[in-house]
Amino acid sequence: MSPASAERALRQQTAVAAPSAALPPRWTRYRVTFLALWYKEMLRFLRIWVQTLLPAVITTTLYFLIFGQLIGARIGHMEGLDYIDFIVPGLVLMAVITNSYSNVVSSFYSSKFSRYVEELLVSPAPDWIILAGYVAGGVTRGLLVGAMVMLVALAFTDLQVHSIAITMLVVFLTALLFALGGFINAVFANSFDDITVVPTFILTPLTYLGGVFYSITLLPEFWQQVSLANPILYMVNAFRYGLLGVSDIPLAIAFGLILGFILVLSILSLVLLRRGVGIKS
Amino acid sequence: MSALVVQGLGKTYRNGLRALDGVDLTVAAGDFFGLLGPNGAGKSTLIGIITSLVTKTTGRVRVFGYDLDRDREQVKALLGVVPQEFNFNLFLPVAEVVINQAGYFGIARREACARAEFYLRKLDLWERRNTEMRLLSGGMKRRLMIARALVHRPRLLILDEPTAGVDIEIRRSMWDYLRELNAEGTTIILTTHYLEEAESLCRHLAIIDHGRIQAQTDVASLLAELNTETFVLNLRERLTGLPTLGGFVLDHIDDSTLEVQVSREQSINGLFAALSRNGIEVLSLRNKQNRLERLFLDRVDRARNGALTEGAE
Repeated sequence: MSPASAERALRQQTAVAAPSAALPPRWTRYRVTFLALWYKEMLRFLRIWVQTLLPAVITTTLYFLIFGQLIGARIGHMEGLDYIDFIVPGLVLMAVITNSYSNVVSSFYSSKFSRYVEELLVSPAPDWIILAGYVAGGVTRGLLVGAMVMLVALAFTDLQVHSIAITMLVVFLTALLFALGGFINAVFANSFDDITVVPTFILTPLTYLGGVFYSITLLPEFWQQVSLANPILYMVNAFRYGLLGVSDIPLAIAFGLILGFILVLSILSLVLLRRGVGIKS
Repeated sequence: MSALVVQGLGKTYRNGLRALDGVDLTVAAGDFFGLLGPNGAGKSTLIGIITSLVTKTTGRVRVFGYDLDRDREQVKALLGVVPQEFNFNLFLPVAEVVINQAGYFGIARREACARAEFYLRKLDLWERRNTEMRLLSGGMKRRLMIARALVHRPRLLILDEPTAGVDIEIRRSMWDYLRELNAEGTTIILTTHYLEEAESLCRHLAIIDHGRIQAQTDVASLLAELNTETFVLNLRERLTGLPTLGGFVLDHIDDSTLEVQVSREQSINGLFAALSRNGIEVLSLRNKQNRLERLFLDRVDRARNGALTEGAE
């Protein structure tokens, strides 16, 4: 046997005793994978905090200053509340909606665009963990920005929270819902333009018309009915109930709607991931 | 045990392109396997299906006995992949890319950090661990993709043209490391356009073209098929005419360069004896074409001609 073939044979023998790629227990693996993805997503937006956290704080400070203090003083009361108090829930929720949505849409689309989504696709992470990791990142940014805006609000007014449980639940579910929306937008997006279309042309108008700055009872009957078709109205009002104890909408309907949307968007996201829409050929 | 068994694998893209047409392939555990084929032959599609980046149309894939459809998580845990194109977040530091990947495979952060250090040191990237990806050279990015693919210690490593665009020194060091990995028991599948690379590293190989496996054999048997080799000789003195070297077919390239065909029955010793008899002194000698390259082109040509004949019939 020549030295070359002897070496080859030796290598083949060694190869039989291949090292095992021991897979950690399933739920440990899922937990670690979720935490890794969540941590990565948090680092992403924290690293670029000037782009991701600061703008919302500056914008809402201006809202409070102009609409709350300057114009609000002339408006007087709405639903029996000082105008500045009335707009706090809407402005906080607007920041939560925008940030949870834009975090997921930009992060997931960037991972598609630069193809590093493949790092996840070749890993044993199940689809629902991938979805959960991205959504958790979006929810975290939404809640963090929401908390910062709330702190800004407290510099302008003295709020007494009506129900902490309802407030926390609504803000969390809203962040979750819009993070899911951002994910679906990213799946279908084919360019960076596509990830700005929905926030600019759909989310912003719906938010402004969702009772952030006014009570729908001020509107004529017809426009009140039209406003009821705006899902953001329900979230703003449920949050306003949690914070201030007033709402244009029954709480049960608001929660039912939010939970229903979350269920539908979760299923849709998982179906899209399973089919590899936008990420597999 | 087979590391990889592919049966009747087919892939037709939405635009109607049939990239794979009933591919059958078996790779033994511990092998260093080369997958060769011209551009557009179906290599990347095949790798894409095995690594779950492309959905298959028909067929079956098994990795160390696990079925890709039924046991997807186990299959993925056994696989490491180094893709042809860079696919990482360019704004992340080097170490984080590897640590994140470990996390996706369920490896806890402390262990992930230790493994990242091990593989980054192994691939000479540890000093660059805090550098953002976009600031690395092409060779460093290639090595990082290998570190990333190894961090979960896969049993089957698939490399899609891992040394493309890498300078010769780094390429050689990558070859050494791949040999070391294979000797430690990792099965390796390599696609490459450098046939010298395949000849140097692989024990078995398959040639794929038009979405079909055209040949699957061991490198030694394939090289034994070579009937003639062509050598280019650089001569000390200029030749005025073409000399007669009993039995060797010669071609005159220029006054001081000859091309000689040496058949399997002939020998280099015989060639030099004939040259000496004619008073021709040789300064240097080289293969005109890599041996595997020659066979590869023959096989691809044969397959294409076969396909044309079938089409005509």
